Amino acid sequence: MKHLSQQHRPIRKTLVAAASALAAISAAGGAVAFCGFYVAKADTKLFNKASKVVLMRDDDRTVMTMVNDYQGALKEFAMVVPVPVVLEEGQIHVTDNAIVEHLDAYTAPRLVEYFDRDPCQEEVYATARQTMAAPMADAIAENEAGLGVTVEAEYTVGEYDIQILSAKESGGLATWLKQNGYKLPDGAEETLGSYIKQGTKFFVAKVNLDEQAKTGLKYLRPLQVAFESPKFMLPIRLGTVNADGKQELFVFTLTRDGRVETTNYRTIKLPTGEDIPLYVKDEFGEFYKSMFAQQVERENERAVFLEYAWDMNWCDPCAADPLSNDELRELGVYWMEGDGNDGPRPLRRPSPQPQAKNVFVTRLHVSYDAEHFPEDLMFKSTGDRENFQGRYVLRHPYKGDAKCERADEYRAQLPERFEKEAQNLANLTGWDIDDIREKMNDNDQNYTPPEKVKWWEKLWGGDDKKGR
Amino acid sequence: MALIDHHAFASAAKPRAFPPALKDPRWFQIIALSALLAMGASMRAFEVSPADVLTLFTVSLALQWAMSMIFAIRFDPKSALITALSLSLLLRAEGVIPLAAAAGIAIGSKFMIRFRGKHIFNPANIGIVAVTLMTTDAWTTPGQWGTALWLAALIAGAGCFVCHRAARLDVPLIFLGAFAALLFARALWLGDPLMIPMLRLQNGALILFAFFMISDPKTTPDGFALRAVFAVAIAIIAYILTYQFFLPDAIFYALAIVCAVRPLIELFDEAKPYQWGDRPAPRARNRKPELTPAE
Repeated sequence: MKHLSQQHRPIRKTLVAAASALAAISAAGGAVAFCGFYVAKADTKLFNKASKVVLMRDDDRTVMTMVNDYQGALKEFAMVVPVPVVLEEGQIHVTDNAIVEHLDAYTAPRLVEYFDRDPCQEEVYATARQTMAAPMADAIAENEAGLGVTVEAEYTVGEYDIQILSAKESGGLATWLKQNGYKLPDGAEETLGSYIKQGTKFFVAKVNLDEQAKTGLKYLRPLQVAFESPKFMLPIRLGTVNADGKQELFVFTLTRDGRVETTNYRTIKLPTGEDIPLYVKDEFGEFYKSMFAQQVERENERAVFLEYAWDMNWCDPCAADPLSNDELRELGVYWMEGDGNDGPRPLRRPSPQPQAKNVFVTRLHVSYDAEHFPEDLMFKSTGDRENFQGRYVLRHPYKGDAKCERADEYRAQLPERFEKEAQNLANLTGWDIDDIREKMNDNDQNYTPPEKVKWWEKLWGGDDKKGR
Repeated sequence: MALIDHHAFASAAKPRAFPPALKDPRWFQIIALSALLAMGASMRAFEVSPADVLTLFTVSLALQWAMSMIFAIRFDPKSALITALSLSLLLRAEGVIPLAAAAGIAIGSKFMIRFRGKHIFNPANIGIVAVTLMTTDAWTTPGQWGTALWLAALIAGAGCFVCHRAARLDVPLIFLGAFAALLFARALWLGDPLMIPMLRLQNGALILFAFFMISDPKTTPDGFALRAVFAVAIAIIAYILTYQFFLPDAIFYALAIVCAVRPLIELFDEAKPYQWGDRPAPRARNRKPELTPAE
């Protein structure tokens, strides 16, 4: 159902964005670059086994929101999350899926479209448009049960039955979890043992079917926990124990100061701003997935990728509106005054507002497994407030009748431009360049690719003394 | 202007493989750090702009020159260059003001915070610690070098050469040995995969810190035994700050703390104070310089 609503969004949004983009142009005295429309093509199931976690972090205060796209039977659902302290009931909360989806949409990599103007007129200016794909979901960790285990607290929050456990040793905890119906993957005991020795508590949750039925929802809502701890980190190790291939994780952080990065793994910016062939518009989801996989491989599978870093006051182009104050408060931004109205605000903000929200959002994307990410993700908040977004550009050539010297020049350089786009795409995604050229030809970007010249042909091609 | 000329000592010494101009290990350090900076900017996409680098160099060199005038010693740009390069490699900031402050504190501390003729803090280190504590607009990026083994080996290789020339190779080796022992002991105790301590040790920033920061001959004790104490103390404190206090900048704080108490350690230091250009091998400790310029 959520998919439907997102598919309906684009048209309305495009109109709003068009107006604001124009406003930005005039205000900036004709500056071109960074304006845009938004045409949503929300594909929320791009990545399998994907988790989304939102972390509000300010000094030692942390609010963690965990989203899962658990697909199986609800009574089978179970999760175990290491937490640094025993949580009181008031520190646990269930929130709305829509808020995290909104944050996801707001920060997602985006496609921007520009239309070349009549080359016979003075300047080529651009308008833009874009689509984006938002992934979804979570597979945090499953578990089981044991001895020497203390149930520090038990709560029912929303549709979840929650227990906070502390344990003396991993064998006992593993047995306890098993006895209580949690499935523990092989090898989880060692990881549990490591957490126990570090004084970690365990937050275990199962679905309370009665409460779940009352919600009337077909999915599980995100769980939230609020706590204070000097550790700014995300436990990922239990999730890697299954060794069932790689897992996708999206971490959204909300901080006061600026961008967040990992301290024990490299954080790398996703390639951005490249011109790519027009046909990618129809397969942006595939493009994003392939490009991400290619970048992961290029960094030897050991990097965390920065996909978005932005001041929450605005966006340009906007893949979705910035979050409202109420939504931000819900996600843990406690210094934010609520703005009174409940729903997301249909307000697009094309430029920094005078009343700064003082919230900086970072979107990190990591594809991890135990081999390449043996240690939990450790974070650090930096003072870097420079904006960054994953943004890919489509440039539509001018189609009209243009008769002037410049038009000839313009048309003459198009094949070169198309070839560059093809190469960009091949380079970003690892797709075959000939397939790309073929698709471009089928999609209204006809050109003759440069002939492949062997290096020795360049060397001796000019004379007639070579063999035939 | 110079009250003493270190190269005079050099000419009095035995002939050696390197010409006198290259005897000063700081030249090698400058070359190595410049290469790493160029590599970081091109291959590791360091977030360091030409304006940042220019600011660091300008402030460091200008202040070094001004202080040299005030304290009536010969102006020698080498140490200031090393400070500027180290800060370019390790410190990031929003705007150039925090960087200018870091360079100013770094060079200033060398002349102002002294004890028994030696400056107390490693200049680049105290610059980093001071500005990251003072403002959120400055930060370090411990993860930026990544954990690639070849890169760690490259930094360590260059570092070994420079430290050997500076007669301080023992410091990074003892520090890394002690730190590695602590990390592996922790992993064994926790039952963690040994990849965890391995990756921590392969972190390029840690290797850089070990070979190019804590090994500064001017801010390490002169006797071997005390240097070992110094290096082990940094490792222990860095470990505690990392795993008990969860500070991402633990190594920098650890060095600053140990440097702050170093004068006490050095009360027992009978070795001859290091002069730039001293040979790697231990030497007679009977010659006392009349004055140690701040370099």
